[in-house]
Amino acid sequence: MIPASFDYIAPTTVEEAMAALDEAGEDAKILAGGQSLLPVLRMRLADPRLVVDLGRVPELRGVRQEGDSLVIGSMTSHHEVLGDPLIREHAKLLALATRTVADPQVRHRGTFGGSLAHADPAGDLPAPALALEADMVIAGSSGRRVVPASEFFVDYFTTALQPNELLVEVRMPHWTGWGAHYEKFNRVAQAWSVVGVAAAVRTEGGAIAEARVGLTNMGPTPVRATGVEQALLGRPATSETIREAARHAAEGTSPTSDASADVDYREHLAEVLTGRALTTAAGA
Amino acid sequence: MPRITVNVDGTTYTDEVQPRTLLVQYLREQLGKVGTVVGCDTSNCGACTVHMDGHSVKSCSVLAVQADGHEITTIEGLARDGQLHPMQQSFHDNHALQCGFCTPGMIMQALDLLAENPEPDEQQVREGLEGNLCRCTGYQNIVRAVRDASERMRPGAGPPMEHSEPTSPPRTATEQDRAQVTGGQHS
Ligand SMILES: Cc1cc2nc3c(=O)[nH]c(=O)nc-3n(C[C@H](O)[C@H](O)[C@H](O)COP(=O)(O)OP(=O)(O)OC[C@H]3O[C@@H](n4cnc5c(N)ncnc54)[C@H](O)[C@@H]3O)c2cc1C
Ligand code: FES
Ligand code: FES
Repeated sequence: MIPASFDYIAPTTVEEAMAALDEAGEDAKILAGGQSLLPVLRMRLADPRLVVDLGRVPELRGVRQEGDSLVIGSMTSHHEVLGDPLIREHAKLLALATRTVADPQVRHRGTFGGSLAHADPAGDLPAPALALEADMVIAGSSGRRVVPASEFFVDYFTTALQPNELLVEVRMPHWTGWGAHYEKFNRVAQAWSVVGVAAAVRTEGGAIAEARVGLTNMGPTPVRATGVEQALLGRPATSETIREAARHAAEGTSPTSDASADVDYREHLAEVLTGRALTTAAGA
Repeated sequence: MPRITVNVDGTTYTDEVQPRTLLVQYLREQLGKVGTVVGCDTSNCGACTVHMDGHSVKSCSVLAVQADGHEITTIEGLARDGQLHPMQQSFHDNHALQCGFCTPGMIMQALDLLAENPEPDEQQVREGLEGNLCRCTGYQNIVRAVRDASERMRPGAGPPMEHSEPTSPPRTATEQDRAQVTGGQHS
């Protein structure tokens, strides 16, 4: 199918993009990689008057270090995230999760920022962003604001972004030296997660000094498994410890039943996959 | 209507397009390049795969206006002087198609895979093609064809008969490989 008609603008700076968004208000839609938006437009599930393409704004692309932060431009593609040496060294979990997203063609076009803004509960990047304590830098008509991942994801396909706001970049601390793993369960190739678990672990002399665990598709937004994180603190990095801690995985989650899995099964998966993710991350 | 300038298979075209025109629609309906096909409406099947600046994309999920100023290679740009590209020949020789509908996309994606990883093992081929669906073959011969093509496309590989034993050491992709596998330029 072909999308309904719309006007199109391809600004080259964030300011130009903001001006276009301000003018069009709720009738505008931002286009990043288009890998979620174009199917939506083709099926006519959305019908914007104006499409603002961020693909020609160079300042939104690329990865850099700024002081203590790793900064990832919202328009950095999944493919670029996978090849980036800074991400590999300081945010390995993000690279591992990105590897499981879709297929090579989609990864060439789809962007990190687009995935976060889209906020699909089954999307694979919100949970790592939450686990890695990312901050979202958002541009609006009255300037820029910073929203932590824990407040950015609000509901199914809903974020703290207002219609005339734009996600500029994502900042996170350096997670250098942390073990990491993203364990994704899905049924067929190139599919979203039934459940996914993002785990990062710092070990010290055979014990778990710190851990971060984020869950994909265990509720309308990504969930931090704080019960698991706490149960690991200071404990030896063994499969025994991990198995015990993983029992807390489904605490405080609110998964749904759908064609892929029932609530019970999702809760079971959360525990099993948390165990696997932590085992690999901790090298236990 | 926006005006776009796109290089497709080595020829530069300037055209007016509606913003909502999909790249695949532009290729097929405005340029007559019907070698690239549409298989689904959900961005899943990969039948419409082309290369944009040397990387595979699903041309049903890119707007023609997004391709402005970029270089596109389609299945129609691979053959040289009436000679099939080694990947096309390999699909032919290995019976890697039945109805052939998925083939243009499979071949374009297979070339993208070899540009990243010139000597993939079976698992890597399967993962590299995970965005391409085939309703007919069961994939076995497609995987075989891609591995066969990777042999034929080793640097310096001439006619296939001369290169039946693997001799060259493992290596990484170079710019030259990429030019070869994406069909190079002939503007
Ligand atoms: C076949 C297929 C399989 C897939 N499988 C997976 C998978 O397994 N896991 C997974 O996580 N994802 C998957 N995806 C989705 C993919 O990761 C997309 O790339 C991603 O969801 C959206 O990124 P995008 O850059 O394409 O955004 P777009 O489609 O361009 O935009 C998505 C939404 O975000 C908004 N938006 C985008 N950028 C910004 C910004 N900077 N500021 C404000 N709003 C913005 C847009 O307005 C739109 O509403 C799949 C997609 C396809 C087609
Ligand atoms: S037609 Fe483009 S992915 Fe199916
Ligand atoms: S040969 Fe028929 S779909 Fe692949």
